[in-house]
Amino acid sequence: MSGALLQATELVKTYGHGDAATRVLRGLSLRLDTGEMAALLGPSGSGKSTLLTILGTLMQPTSGSYIMLGQDLIAGNDADLTAFRNLHIGFVFQFHNLLPDFTALENVIFPTAVKEGRETASARARGRDLLTRMGLAERIDFPSTNLSGGQKQRVAVARALMNRPELVLADEPTGNLDRESAMQVMDLIAEINRDEGTTFLISTHDEKIAALCRRQIVVGDGVVTG
Amino acid sequence: MLYALKIATRYLTASKAQTALLVAGVAVGVFIFIFMSALIGGLAEFILSRTVGDISHITIEAEEADPAILISPGGQVLGVIEKGRARTATLADAETWVPLIAAVPGVIAVSPQISGAGFLTRGAQVAQVGVTGVEPGRESAILNLDGYMVEGTARLGSGLVVLGQTLADDLSLRLGQTVRLQSSAGVASVLTLSGIYKSGNGALDGGGIYVSLSTARTLFALPQGVTRIEIKLADLNTADATALRIRALTGLDAVPWTDGAEQLMEALNAQAQTGYFLKTFALITIVIGVASALLLSTYRRRPEIGIMRAMGARRGFVIFVFVTQGLLIGLIGGLTGAGLGYLALLPFPPREAFKSGTLPLDITQGSYGLAILLTVIGAILASILPARSAARVDPVTAIGQ
Repeated sequence: MSGALLQATELVKTYGHGDAATRVLRGLSLRLDTGEMAALLGPSGSGKSTLLTILGTLMQPTSGSYIMLGQDLIAGNDADLTAFRNLHIGFVFQFHNLLPDFTALENVIFPTAVKEGRETASARARGRDLLTRMGLAERIDFPSTNLSGGQKQRVAVARALMNRPELVLADEPTGNLDRESAMQVMDLIAEINRDEGTTFLISTHDEKIAALCRRQIVVGDGVVTG
Repeated sequence: MLYALKIATRYLTASKAQTALLVAGVAVGVFIFIFMSALIGGLAEFILSRTVGDISHITIEAEEADPAILISPGGQVLGVIEKGRARTATLADAETWVPLIAAVPGVIAVSPQISGAGFLTRGAQVAQVGVTGVEPGRESAILNLDGYMVEGTARLGSGLVVLGQTLADDLSLRLGQTVRLQSSAGVASVLTLSGIYKSGNGALDGGGIYVSLSTARTLFALPQGVTRIEIKLADLNTADATALRIRALTGLDAVPWTDGAEQLMEALNAQAQTGYFLKTFALITIVIGVASALLLSTYRRRPEIGIMRAMGARRGFVIFVFVTQGLLIGLIGGLTGAGLGYLALLPFPPREAFKSGTLPLDITQGSYGLAILLTVIGAILASILPARSAARVDPVTAIGQ
């Protein structure tokens, strides 16, 4: 382990206004160090997804501070945050969220292609390597809609890793998979965390999945409880 | 932005039926635009050729000299020499001016003429006629006399006359028969009918006769000069500018056909305005069609847009993807519509062969380039609203859908 990758302090997030206002995060603070593989546990509505969304710079908190790689991510404008997200943060969603009109390889290299404005040969090579590592060498040029659920999720993991981000945020990445596929995906995540030192924060309800992570962070009622 | 272009192309090819319908809609709009351009332009051409095609585009007439006045040293008018009815103003130096005018760019024919009035007598029948003396060989320089001949020849010579069919019928004249013509100058001459024409212009067919310039000299007692010079242009729309040029060159009072043709010009302008309205409506239809289709596409692809934004696609990138789709739809639809329009206009006769009773569609006035350009611009403008809507998609909400 090395120093802090990110430090979120006293995060508050309120949805709505007035009587209809709902406070989801109530002063949550969290530090993640580089190379950590942490599980984010907690009941539905505890604020896990909201926390991941804020840490992924897709949403701003109502108050609090958030610093990652020494950069204040509360103060940034949309263009700066988008560029930061592209370079430093990867996402894996519960429902894979692949682009349906693209092949597996095209989905994987999207983050690099959108950064460079074109699909370079080096991006294709890395995309192929990642898909091969995910056990999808035979599916590289398959349309994403022709892949199974487990294969789609592995493509999503490869896409999250494409730009070699320091942090990967995974929201229930195995929630939609059978046990065998879920374990395959988690093995891959653990391997990448071990080999490349990529930091993972994985939201899950599954105790067995959480047990595969070296650290468990429990969120309840909008704060870290354990 | 090559990558945005790729995504735009992929989106269009992913929904082939929808894209084909959209392109077809744009193509129909462009087709209508081109068809209307060809029809309005052809109609204007047809009307002009029928009304102005057989008349002089620029006319130079001799100016009547002011009446001579005898004034006393005290300023009193002692006597005025009134204009004689038989006196005719002349362009004495016509021979000098004709080659100069013929060399002016855009001038395709110059016809020096002697014109006047007269009476045509055959037996007991008398008809008042307008006499035009033209140079042999230039009979069809202004009026297409050759094209209107129904009997005989338009070729004029000494002692020959060519007249309209109505007049020939009125006087029961046949080719080769003689007729007596007395001019307003009081000179009479016996002429042989060498040709009969039918121009479709009632006044001309019933009262216009053509003789050679030398015969007209005798009839109107003009040993030199002419009474008018008629000029025909390659493009009658340049008459005003060319008349100014001839005026500057010769100092003569060159009058374009547009002087005194205000009603015709108003009618043509009104027709052109109608065309503009119809073409504008066609363009508006294209814009609405493209905008609505892309808006639907935006809503359908909201989750994908959310993913792209989450993966680091900037708002500008998303805008570019949708604007490029509009551009491609406009370009492909424009080219298709223009091609179909051209093919549809091919079977119609060229403007030189327009006939009454058929649609005067001028294939050369289809405004193909303008139609494609305006369509592309319209499609781009139409895509801006959907593109901005797509760029405003909240990734969190969209991914959660």
